[in-house]
Amino acid sequence: MSWVCRLYRSSLGAKYVMASTGVLLLGFLIAHLLGNLQMFAGADAVNSYAESLRALGPLLWVARIGLLVIAGVHIVTALRLAKANEAARPVAYVKQASRQVKPQTKTMVLSGLVILGYVVYHLAHFTWGFVLHDYSTLVDTEGRHDVYSMVVYGFQCWWVSASYLVALALLALHLCHGITSAFQTFGLNHAKYATAIKLTGPAIATLLFLGYASIPVACWLGIVQILEGT
Amino acid sequence: MSAQQSGHQGHSTMKVTLHVWRQKDARDPGRMVGYPNVECSPDMSFLEMLDVLNERLMEKGEEPIAFDSDCREGICGACSLTVNGIPHGPRKGTTVCQLHMRSFEDGAELFIEPWRAKAFPVLRDLVVDRSAFDRIIEAGGFVSVRAGGCPDGNAIPVPKEEADQAMDAAACIGCGACVAACPNAAAMLFVGAKISHLRHLPQGQAEQKRRAQAMVDQMDSEGFGNCSNYLECEAVCPKEISVKVIAEMNRDYLSASLTREEQKNDGGGAG
Repeated sequence: MSWVCRLYRSSLGAKYVMASTGVLLLGFLIAHLLGNLQMFAGADAVNSYAESLRALGPLLWVARIGLLVIAGVHIVTALRLAKANEAARPVAYVKQASRQVKPQTKTMVLSGLVILGYVVYHLAHFTWGFVLHDYSTLVDTEGRHDVYSMVVYGFQCWWVSASYLVALALLALHLCHGITSAFQTFGLNHAKYATAIKLTGPAIATLLFLGYASIPVACWLGIVQILEGT
Repeated sequence: MSAQQSGHQGHSTMKVTLHVWRQKDARDPGRMVGYPNVECSPDMSFLEMLDVLNERLMEKGEEPIAFDSDCREGICGACSLTVNGIPHGPRKGTTVCQLHMRSFEDGAELFIEPWRAKAFPVLRDLVVDRSAFDRIIEAGGFVSVRAGGCPDGNAIPVPKEEADQAMDAAACIGCGACVAACPNAAAMLFVGAKISHLRHLPQGQAEQKRRAQAMVDQMDSEGFGNCSNYLECEAVCPKEISVKVIAEMNRDYLSASLTREEQKNDGGGAG
């Protein structure tokens, strides 16, 4: 397997790892969003979906550990690349300038690390119950964990919603650059599709932002609310 | 060229203030030195303006500023100055030797620095050692064929589109502006161009995978950075080479890593 190590150690190999783990994490974001959007289908839909995820048992743990490993590899490789990039220019220019460097490209490591911090907080809030309330005791009429009420209660707190939107905006910026870059990393660049590829990153990032942001906004507007008797 | 065309109506001379990187040798830490009110003609090239300054410095018994230049026609890739933070200066698709002083305002303040990269150590003032590029070419930027006699024209058919792509990539003059401009000091555009101009021709395809692997591995060992898709290289390239060549390199290296078996005689040239 020496060729695998050789590939991973190379500059391009590290980029393939960044792109493929990034695509897998994007897959998770899409799946998570589809799950979350069931908030609009009512308490029963969300709670039974949550119950079915829990019923996966050991498979759920396989998915969780898999996600953790993918995210870990994405982050460790990013930091390794950032360190190598810094070492490649030991003496900086006195006069700094650029022609077309975009802010989202320049801040990939920073936005990535802030998103990591937010994900830990997000888990502490909704999954582990360390922040504000322990929601694990919420139960619906059928005796299932009441995820629906948990989300509505959570987003009723203004700073929970505000930090959620800020983190989403950073995630969208990260994806704007990341998704389009993944095409280039895998060598998918053709004059015929250049514009489409350029727009794919911003388009997917905007859709994900709108999808995720719709939930706290719906909670504020009362479109999604706790119904009497639940 | 008339003063009218130059954009400096009524002025046959202009003055610029220069801040130039001065460094005695590779071990000297170096510093910026100011040269106020350097007089020049708007019709001079950037390098001619430096020649004038150097003559004045020598008249005063001072060391002239060392900088690389050769053809001064924008085709050799020797000149390598960063002007106000942009390699080759502000004009798109232009080497600094083809940049004229009329591109700047009278009284402009210009910061002139060498290419900055670990793989391009400064030898003196504005001169850097770019032999890392030569070693990358030695690793695989060639075609191992017995040249023999001159083949008949069109004996090997090459589709026009492929020939165009090969020629576009072959426009690379190896100046290193891509490395100088990249926030990561990466050499991807250079290596991509060298891989691309051979991979589009039938003669270059036999060694396509070996070449990509050998050249990228050499690039890594020289200490260049990684690609973050800033696209700054493409923006400063005096030959306007597209980052498409980087995608082609990425594709070749991936396919070589996944499918190519190591050969015992890797690294060897023509038989």
